Amino acid sequence: MRRNWWKILCIILLLYTCWAGFLGGVPAKPILNETIRNLYFHVSMWFSMMIFFTISLVNAIRYLANPQVQRFDILSTEYAKTGIIFGVLGLITGAIWANYTWGKPWSNDPKQLGAAIALLIYFAYLVLRNSIEDPEKKARVSAVYNIFAFALLFPTLWIVPRLMESLHPGGMGNPAMNPNDIDSRMRIIFWPAAVPGWTLLGVWITSLKIRWKTLEEKKLSNAH
Amino acid sequence: MKKKNYQMPTKLKYLLLTSFLMLNLFIANAQDSTRVAEKPDMTEVTLGSETAGVMDQAPEMADLMRSNGKIYVVVAVVLTILIGIFLYLIRLDKKISRLEKEK
Repeated sequence: MRRNWWKILCIILLLYTCWAGFLGGVPAKPILNETIRNLYFHVSMWFSMMIFFTISLVNAIRYLANPQVQRFDILSTEYAKTGIIFGVLGLITGAIWANYTWGKPWSNDPKQLGAAIALLIYFAYLVLRNSIEDPEKKARVSAVYNIFAFALLFPTLWIVPRLMESLHPGGMGNPAMNPNDIDSRMRIIFWPAAVPGWTLLGVWITSLKIRWKTLEEKKLSNAH
Repeated sequence: MKKKNYQMPTKLKYLLLTSFLMLNLFIANAQDSTRVAEKPDMTEVTLGSETAGVMDQAPEMADLMRSNGKIYVVVAVVLTILIGIFLYLIRLDKKISRLEKEK
């Protein structure tokens, strides 16, 4: 139990997010109306994704520094995979939201395109990984590619969307949000509950996959 | 092996029990507020002369699950899905822990 406190925290935070997220007060905005509540879900996906990709990058670098530690490779891969899932969910939920506020699900907006390109680069990470047979080569090449993929998040998600005209809120200093759109009633749900809650859920799922992978690797090495 | 086969169903039972308890909490809450909301309606029935007018009012005033544009129904659905995912994750977690202990 002492080691699992964060899982309980995750459950509490997400239950609170889904309760207060639907029933709490929100500012009344034209066009957005009640869809402003998507902030707790859609925007949290992107925040979580960036956290997972950062953890993945750190472990890729740790693997390259210590190639004998296979655990870093497992950590790096599994966090990248969870990040991709959260990113895809963010893109789909964004398209649903856009359909009812911008008029159509995909309007080739610089932020939509940037996010799609960033995700395609991470898809290529998985393709590259699965195309190499030799386990050591696979781990090394994919760790190097991971650094490249993370580096491309800068132009695709953080720089270009700030410079170009967009339908998406934010810009001029913030790539995703306009801080004036939300008020303190929303901030108190978004920052302490929604972002850490969804992130912890992803960490929980990833930790299960890491443990399963570790068991599998042990089984493989015992078989040899 | 026998001992492990015995452990599985007890944990499952425990999980199912907790999930049912949680669902009951939802329904109990909804009914509680129904009763509270109904009481003023009943006084209106006795005070008002026309029952038809009261009948029109009563369903809207009656229960929490139908108020606020029925948003509570959506909240109940989302929370049920969340709890389901959590129970599934907890089970997976325990299964993997058992595998780790076996080694």
